[in-house]
Amino acid sequence: MTFTMSRRLAILLLVLLAALALFPLWGKLAFAAKFPFLMQKLTGIMILAILAMSLDLLVGVAGLVSLGHAAFFGLGGYVLAMMSPQYEAANLWLVLPCALGVTALASLVVGFLSIRTSGIYFIMVTLAFGQMGYYFFNDSKAAGGSDGAFIYVKPAVEAFGVTLLDLDQKLTFFYVALGTLVAVYALLRLLLASPFGRVVRAIGVNEYRVQGLGFNPMAYKLVAFTIAGTIAGLGGFLAATQYGFVNPAMLGWHQSGHVLVMVILGGMGTLFGPVLGAFILELAHFAFESVTDHWLLPMGVMVIAIVLLLPKGVAGLLIQWTTLPPPQAGEGGERSETGEGPHPPTAARRVPPSPASGRGEVKEAPP
Amino acid sequence: MTTSDFILETRDLTKVFGGLVANSSVSIGFKERQAHAVIGPNGAGKSTFVNLLTGHLPPSGGQILFKGANIAGLPAHKVTRLGIGRSYQKTNIFPSFTCFENARLAAQSRLPTSMRFLRPALSYAETNRKANEALEAAGLAARAERVAGTMSYGEQRQLEIAMVLATAPEILVLDEPLAGMGKEESEKMVALLRDLARRYTLILVEHDMDAVFAIAEVLSVMVNGTLLESGPLEQVRASKAVQDAYLGDGAEAY
Amino acid sequence: MDIWFFLIQVLNGVQYGLLLFLVASGLTLIFGIMGIINLAHGAFYMLGAYLAWWLAGLTGSLAAAVLLSLPLAAGIGYVIEALLVRVLYKRDHLDQVLLTYGLILIFNEAQRIFWGNDVHGVTMPAAFNWSIKLTEAQSYPSYRLFLSAVCAALAVAMYVVIARTRFGMWVRAGASNRDMVAALGINVKLLFGVVFAVGAALAGLAGALSTPITSVAPGMGDTVLILCFVVVVIGGVGSVKGAFLGAMLIGLADTFGKVFVPDYASFTVYGVMAAVLLWKPRGLFA
Repeated sequence: MTFTMSRRLAILLLVLLAALALFPLWGKLAFAAKFPFLMQKLTGIMILAILAMSLDLLVGVAGLVSLGHAAFFGLGGYVLAMMSPQYEAANLWLVLPCALGVTALASLVVGFLSIRTSGIYFIMVTLAFGQMGYYFFNDSKAAGGSDGAFIYVKPAVEAFGVTLLDLDQKLTFFYVALGTLVAVYALLRLLLASPFGRVVRAIGVNEYRVQGLGFNPMAYKLVAFTIAGTIAGLGGFLAATQYGFVNPAMLGWHQSGHVLVMVILGGMGTLFGPVLGAFILELAHFAFESVTDHWLLPMGVMVIAIVLLLPKGVAGLLIQWTTLPPPQAGEGGERSETGEGPHPPTAARRVPPSPASGRGEVKEAPP
Repeated sequence: MTTSDFILETRDLTKVFGGLVANSSVSIGFKERQAHAVIGPNGAGKSTFVNLLTGHLPPSGGQILFKGANIAGLPAHKVTRLGIGRSYQKTNIFPSFTCFENARLAAQSRLPTSMRFLRPALSYAETNRKANEALEAAGLAARAERVAGTMSYGEQRQLEIAMVLATAPEILVLDEPLAGMGKEESEKMVALLRDLARRYTLILVEHDMDAVFAIAEVLSVMVNGTLLESGPLEQVRASKAVQDAYLGDGAEAY
Repeated sequence: MDIWFFLIQVLNGVQYGLLLFLVASGLTLIFGIMGIINLAHGAFYMLGAYLAWWLAGLTGSLAAAVLLSLPLAAGIGYVIEALLVRVLYKRDHLDQVLLTYGLILIFNEAQRIFWGNDVHGVTMPAAFNWSIKLTEAQSYPSYRLFLSAVCAALAVAMYVVIARTRFGMWVRAGASNRDMVAALGINVKLLFGVVFAVGAALAGLAGALSTPITSVAPGMGDTVLILCFVVVVIGGVGSVKGAFLGAMLIGLADTFGKVFVPDYASFTVYGVMAAVLLWKPRGLFA
């Protein structure tokens, strides 16, 4: 559902976005010594947020719970690493399309095999294919095996011999990541409002009915899977550029699980929710890490707590808070304020699978 | 085979589940613009028949001829695109979408393709118009902005019909449209169906005999997966075999 | 390739397959009967291995350690079922995935806290310090044969229990129609608890028994879990027979893959899975 966002929620999100965009200004004053580290951290989180949004297209919108999504993220990074000459910069106009092309192709093939299954099968199959990607790079000597590979010189962004962007510049890269994040969000919003997006959203609610209406669900699921995989590849490309390094763990299923937690924590099916989820989870991770060596323990407890206590994620809470009708919301109400579509705002809620289908349906709750 | 005057026709349609024969050699012809009811006791194989007709199940044998072409084995999404729309016995809508979006999505299915990625779905004026028309026809125009899952049961059943109408079908296959409805809701629905019977070829699977007799011109009776009798309403009502097998005492009332 | 070498590889493949079956059968039963996808299942394999290593150090006897680790794994499984998994029965697969993923994080960290990050090994018990000599150069270690025999015996025992006993009848009823079990008036809570504990114990036993031939290392549960998923996908979710054949197939594919295409050995397993998916998307026995 291309939910309409209440004006208050939109303002809140814009304020958060502005705070993030201006971080290079106020962060320096507020954190002084830690500033460079935080810049790097936030850049990394924005990249993970892109990955989380792409997974939301599958999990939150189409109802496809993939546990192998990180494989495309890692693949995008590896393409850059493999194509980068050792001592000079790769040409961005060449490597970026290649990275996207390769991840698109890989997600098309994996998607073709996976979407034939559903429910628990889909989870297991995507997990297995994700691990296949992990082992491919882990066992491959050419790709550096389990040690991974370095990208010594970041890709050059040039036109007619003029350097447009210096990706080695932390500040520049921060804004490249931010720009990509916003662009991907806008693209996905557009996509969800399109006829294609409406069909995919409907598949997540009631696939059987979608087919009865005359749509071939397989085709739409496959295209959605491919788009999500390609965006994940874009994220991986950025991550590899940022760290100058790739390793098999980027593709591993712990990474996939981690991103899935971001989506759920943030609120699936809302696009902005998974972005918030990425920030909250990563900052929590950072906080745990700075307190204890055994940070995975509180992480695990947190994941379990989210499942038990926060079924609609942070976005669900925000939507609830920001759409609480003011006592005298006489005329119009919230919907007419934005007038974008016929849907009231809502975050997807997870409901038990019906015994008949055994599939983990992701349905949306009426408000 | 010679050309028939049926728009839709089954020949020896058979469906076997494991060892269970759900439909055995069912041959029924449906004429254009005719309201044709398929009745039978529980377990007679009516639902299976509907699922076969609409591609929701592949047949084990036999043919389904639509305008003379065999469509047996086509998947559901292709069958509906030929113009054979169906409603479901169990309410089968998108409960979290608005009433309008349910109908709009149905109408959108008639675009040549929905693999359109950038232009907003709501900017397709023709689709919006069809959706509104369907809601109007089903008596839901005033409910367009309601979230479907929050409407009354009867309204959800009407929406079910609106969604079929929005797909601009030639044939309406309605699987127990009155199931679970109260008296008042039923009356409204019967009036709606009578109205539709004037404009569409109607295939009605129904339990409610009052409704069947009020709407249908032709009646087919299924028992134990086979076709017992098929013909004009009065003729079938009078048939001894049908009365014995199915209508029983209840039929005396009519 | 000479025939003895081939035979050894077949034996290795079968032995590995049988070991996988012990773990995968629990996974498929827990899904089939309880409707739960349990990512933390591999953690019990790891737990069994670490318990065996740890207890073998304390008691000086691997046999005692294996026997002791069995009730421990079952007990921990039972407690986890009662405390956390029970919440999941009414939830969808996504919640199950996430909660059991959270459990993995906790299990892995607990392992690091108790036993550290080091890789450990367990010495071969003296009773098995011999091999069967096949040719001048080739021989087959007796422990691997013993391991295969134990796993095969357990597989047979499982078959008998499922096919012949009242408990097995519930299990079969549950696997084909979960709601029916409740309708039969069975104590579902107890049944589920026992199934989960048995599944945990089987995985733990597999881990414990494998210690003399593999190293005890962090993350060992993850590897086995993924392979078991492949096994279950191939065999068909909920089918014990499918799990058995899937395990054999994967055991052999993995072993021969390592021999013939050592650089991409882990690929062979997924290649087999992809082929099965193309052919039968719901697995061979679903």
